[in-house]
Amino acid sequence: MKKLLNTVYVTTEGSALKKDGENLVADVDGAERARVPLHMLASVVAFGPILISPALIGACAERGITISLMDRAGRFQARIEGPVTGNVLLRRAQYKAADQAEDIVRSIVMGKIANQRAVIRRALRDYGTEMEVPARTELEHAADRMAAILRRVQLADDTIDRLRGSEGEAANLYFGVFDHLIRSPDAELRWTCRSRRPPLDAMNALLSFLYTLLTHDCRSACETAGLDPAVGFLHRDRPGRPSLALDLMEELRAPLADRLALSLVNRRQIRAGDFRHMDSGAVLLSDEGRRTVLTAWQERKKEERQHPFLQEKAPFGLVPWLQAQMLARHLRGDIDAYPPWFWT
Amino acid sequence: MNSVLHAEEDPIPLSALQHAVYCLRQAALIHIEKLWAENHFTAEGDVLHAVADKGGTRKTRGARRVLSLPLASRRLNLTGVADLVEFYPTPQGEVSYPVEYKRGKPKLHRADEVQLCAQALCLEEMTGIAVPEGALFYAQTKRRVVVPFDDTLRALTEHVAAELSAVFDARKTPAPTTHKSRCRACSLIELCRPETFARPVRKWRDRMLDLVLGTE
Ligand code: SF4
Repeated sequence: MKKLLNTVYVTTEGSALKKDGENLVADVDGAERARVPLHMLASVVAFGPILISPALIGACAERGITISLMDRAGRFQARIEGPVTGNVLLRRAQYKAADQAEDIVRSIVMGKIANQRAVIRRALRDYGTEMEVPARTELEHAADRMAAILRRVQLADDTIDRLRGSEGEAANLYFGVFDHLIRSPDAELRWTCRSRRPPLDAMNALLSFLYTLLTHDCRSACETAGLDPAVGFLHRDRPGRPSLALDLMEELRAPLADRLALSLVNRRQIRAGDFRHMDSGAVLLSDEGRRTVLTAWQERKKEERQHPFLQEKAPFGLVPWLQAQMLARHLRGDIDAYPPWFWT
Repeated sequence: MNSVLHAEEDPIPLSALQHAVYCLRQAALIHIEKLWAENHFTAEGDVLHAVADKGGTRKTRGARRVLSLPLASRRLNLTGVADLVEFYPTPQGEVSYPVEYKRGKPKLHRADEVQLCAQALCLEEMTGIAVPEGALFYAQTKRRVVVPFDDTLRALTEHVAAELSAVFDARKTPAPTTHKSRCRACSLIELCRPETFARPVRKWRDRMLDLVLGTE
């Protein structure tokens, strides 16, 4: 199994990252705080004002370690990448497939809805009996309707727009009952509806932050597999948008990010006090909250799961790469479809 | 097709021949799709080559020794660099004698011999003088194994070069080798995924959906 290499997340403002021999070293106020051998690194993600030395940038580029720069709020700003690893034949196949993408989109949408539904089913199984009857009924109802949508996605010879429609319908059902999955007593952590840019409540701030981390990993996975992260199938091309990374991410949002957000909140590792409320109404994770989430995220990536198609155990952190690889093998003609990752 | 000049085409690297003998798909994954798995063995190979790569000419036992000699064959559309070529003076002119360094020990398949023979074919085309034999030097046994370039080896080498050239032209990665034991020893197995090749994914997808919707 390919090694799960580390991602270093740097959140302390004013840190300086430099190269020392074959190591990345992080200094804060002139004192060394962390040291990681470069050969154990896949990427570096820096939040806010962090200094990075040219020698480190060069060493990372040479070794295929990507550096992503985020602003304080976790929004993507820039990415430093070495020489393209991409395979021009694969990319050509990807562009060609993008014009005839129904079946790839079908796989992505199937995986996404099935995994969202699995989050609901799992909650019903784990504490369905403790729930108020109306909540339980609503969850069951949503799961049933999502099952019907899945059958429709599976059987119909649908256009991409109709597949996108099904995906949206399922997402509405899912986020419509999402509040019933939250068991924290904090009133501030209740769910109303999805808000993105900017997130307007705590749960949305938490989800947005986790989605940023997942996007980063999916984007790296595309690059590593030789795919162009900008040309998607489910997501329409738009300048500056990593559409393929977002496509890959769809199946993984619910089991990797949503579930993690729910368990952080339900186990009270994240509480209302871990968020900052801005004058504009935007809500952001506090520094402390961000650290809690990053630690949990890195732990989550180490957890092993059976990969349903490859039938071998793989850590969660490698799933984006494995999926990108399966997509690449499909595009190169090895297999007749893209096998989605079903969370079971 | 061997006699055609491939003026427009990129030449095939000599090192691809040894991969192609082992597995044509491996050669395509490395040389066409540019997938490569760094592992212990390739690192060892690099150190070995760093030693051989110093370049230049030295004289020993009457032979002129040339390290890292660039080679090519227009006829076979091959190009590459020989680790070492020794030139022996004869009345007909200098006869060349290629020597290739290999990690490990002699193998059961003929990949190393084919790569060496391809160097000989290049040398013959470039010098116009027959190259009857060469040698493989194995790091693990520290022995030279003399390889005579007989008709069988020459035919095999030409055949592999032609197969490879067809794969390069088609830019299509062929099916996995049928020798399962080669896959088990292959450093590319996790990038190649031979077990998934031609597996019916659509059928699998439908079964998975039945599974996730049925087991409630
Ligand atoms: S895993 Fe098997 S089929 Fe794939 S490249 Fe290696 S030897 Fe060839």
